[in-house]
Amino acid sequence: MENAILVSGLHKTFGRTHALNGLDLTVRTGEVHGFLGPNGSGKSTTIRVLLGLLRADSGSARLLGGDPWKDATALHRRLAYVPGDVTLWPNLSGGEVIDLLGRLRGGLNPKRRAELLERFDLDPRKKGRAYSKGNRQKVALVAALASDVELLILDEPTSGLDPLMEEVFRECIVEEKQSGRTVLLSSHILAEVEQLCDRVSIIRSGQTVETGTLTDLRHLTRTSISADLATPLTSIPGVYDLVVDGTRVRFEVDTDRLDETLKHLTTAGVRGLTSQPPTLEELFMRHYQGAAS
Amino acid sequence: MTGGWHLVRLILRRDRVLLPLWVLILAALPAVYAASFAELTPTEESRALYAQTTAGIPSIEAMLGPIYGSSVGALATQRAGLTLLIVALINVLVVIRHTRTEEDAGRRELVAATVVGRHAPLGAALLVVIAADLVMGLLTAAFMGFTSGALLLGMSLAFAGIVFAGVGAVAAQLTENAGPARGLALAVLGLAYLIRAAGDATGSNLSWASPLAWSQYTQPFADETWLPLLASLGLAALLAGLAGWLSVRRDVGGGMLPTRLGPAGSTSLTGPFALAWRLQRGLLIGWSAGFLVFGLAFGGAASGAAEAFTGNPELAELFARLGGGLSLTDTFIATLLGIAAIAAAAYGIQAALRMRSEESTMRAEPVLATATARVPWALGHVVFAVIGPVVALFMIGVGLGLTYGADVGDMGQIPRLIGAALAQAPAAATLTGLTVALFGLLPRLSAVAWGILAICLLLGQIGALLQLSEVVLDLSPFTHTPHLPGGEVTALPLVVLAVVAVALTAAGLWGFRRRDVGV
Repeated sequence: MENAILVSGLHKTFGRTHALNGLDLTVRTGEVHGFLGPNGSGKSTTIRVLLGLLRADSGSARLLGGDPWKDATALHRRLAYVPGDVTLWPNLSGGEVIDLLGRLRGGLNPKRRAELLERFDLDPRKKGRAYSKGNRQKVALVAALASDVELLILDEPTSGLDPLMEEVFRECIVEEKQSGRTVLLSSHILAEVEQLCDRVSIIRSGQTVETGTLTDLRHLTRTSISADLATPLTSIPGVYDLVVDGTRVRFEVDTDRLDETLKHLTTAGVRGLTSQPPTLEELFMRHYQGAAS
Repeated sequence: MTGGWHLVRLILRRDRVLLPLWVLILAALPAVYAASFAELTPTEESRALYAQTTAGIPSIEAMLGPIYGSSVGALATQRAGLTLLIVALINVLVVIRHTRTEEDAGRRELVAATVVGRHAPLGAALLVVIAADLVMGLLTAAFMGFTSGALLLGMSLAFAGIVFAGVGAVAAQLTENAGPARGLALAVLGLAYLIRAAGDATGSNLSWASPLAWSQYTQPFADETWLPLLASLGLAALLAGLAGWLSVRRDVGGGMLPTRLGPAGSTSLTGPFALAWRLQRGLLIGWSAGFLVFGLAFGGAASGAAEAFTGNPELAELFARLGGGLSLTDTFIATLLGIAAIAAAAYGIQAALRMRSEESTMRAEPVLATATARVPWALGHVVFAVIGPVVALFMIGVGLGLTYGADVGDMGQIPRLIGAALAQAPAAATLTGLTVALFGLLPRLSAVAWGILAICLLLGQIGALLQLSEVVLDLSPFTHTPHLPGGEVTALPLVVLAVVAVALTAAGLWGFRRRDVGV
């Protein structure tokens, strides 16, 4: 099985809202896949279709080689899920919830459970109502990570965690990856995505707008150049936001046209040159802002 | 109270349908009772006979309260004894809904961080519910012709409501969650009702210990006096003050009663049924214990009826005829069991709606994302919603049988009354089935089950008085329950009710398998 998750052309409407509008998503077995998009773009809806909680209107979804709706129960034995907003039963202790979810999933590794409680610094004796948001998140994380499963589906799992705990989480995911598990990680924390993910998919308004490795995606961005030239240039073909101030020019250029633009600059004689590589933030901002317009 | 007005407007906006509805319905009830008495007992003699007789029957006084006169208004006032209970119940629920439930959900925090005084959330909730009570009281008076008696009756109902709004407000400060707060306040209400019932049945001063009795000692349409309402006002002010005092001495989201640490793990939570047991056992124990206590109390009061007639054979015969040939005690117990059937249905609905609250608070989602299939998850709750009311009805049968049997020296009453109580189960199960069907097929309308129960309750209470047609009355499952003990039992209606209940439940489960979760 090459792909743990294979989604294509997924549609889902709630009343008049088009939550998913032909979404595609491919997660290869053994990779950590970043799932990004602005608020309300359909990430959680996609995840809930994958969990068989929602039924897609059209399109196809395959999960671990099965149908997420029809084979839900069998597939759920092989995956663990952490929701973005964890609510616990007010009168059950954290430890009870971890054991319950683990057992419902088909078993929990007690050694791993104890080790994770230690690493996440979580007191399992507190009742659900007594936990803070971050601690509720830890309960769900421990329950998921201590399960012996092939696939982890994590919906903004670090929301509410402090930076120390975020670091623990990252270590855990690196270990999960080393032991061959597949992870679908929905997140807004770009540093986390950059550090952990092999590939990412960016979605907007229920559609996939970009997918690939981070290196691939960097190529899609623009580099900012400012140069001091020997002779003034009034126009440079194929660049954006050109500002000419005597012999100084400033502009942005698509990264895959960088070579050709630099050649053009050298015809005018380059006295000074600074170039700013594209940041991931810029990449995401560009995609995220598109949603607002 | 800074910002209190905004909160008042928020509450009015959220309850814009429910609030006018309960105010209107409760205000209309006494007028409906009066109209029916005017028709059933048109002459002064017939009313005097009715008043004299009921005054002599402890079990009726226990259930409704004392009767003070023989005018239509006085008869309706006694009949409104149960309305009093409903007014108090609604006040408790509404106050907790706008205080502890808000805190539970974390919405209070959002509000508390704005320019809102420390007392504002509690103050706004009390203000709205007290104003609603007063409007209800005035409307009650208006519907009955705005006589001094009508106004006194209306205000007596309103003040019982206000006292229990205070009880709800205090309970909301004590516990950390809405469920236990409701349980605590309703236990106080049940106790107040039992004390009044016991006092009125025995004719002792014990009733004075119950604030519900104060609202009846005003004697509307008879020796009218406003004085007992001063006691109600005093107690309500005291309770509201206590709630306010407690609310500034605790943390937002916290309670007064301590919370303990739980176990670090669990070996018993093995599957969906074990989880459902953990979530449902409090309800099961609470309802069963409540039913047992009420059975014990009213079983003791029931036998008094027989004594009241030993010196008056004509009256005994008249009432036997009124009861369709049943003995008076049997009529009383049958009426009581009719009320118990509605209460059991309320429990069934409450237990079944637990599925919806699990879903809408997103607690169902992580469970359904495990290897737990939907139907076993739902069945865990459905089992409690179906079996729980049966257990509760069994307990009221045991309670009635024990005290009544001991009174008349016939322990054979225990199985007889258990049987009579259990005959109510199919009707209650129909409402449970309806709730499951709504949950599975129209999840957003799940809470409509409460409205349907309220309609059944109204049909049973005033349907016959309003002389509604058989077809309308037949819509309520409770119309088809045999009049037990004493009445004839035909299996067919019970079987039909059971089949309907099973079909509705099955339809609900079928729908839940196919629909989206979390909508």
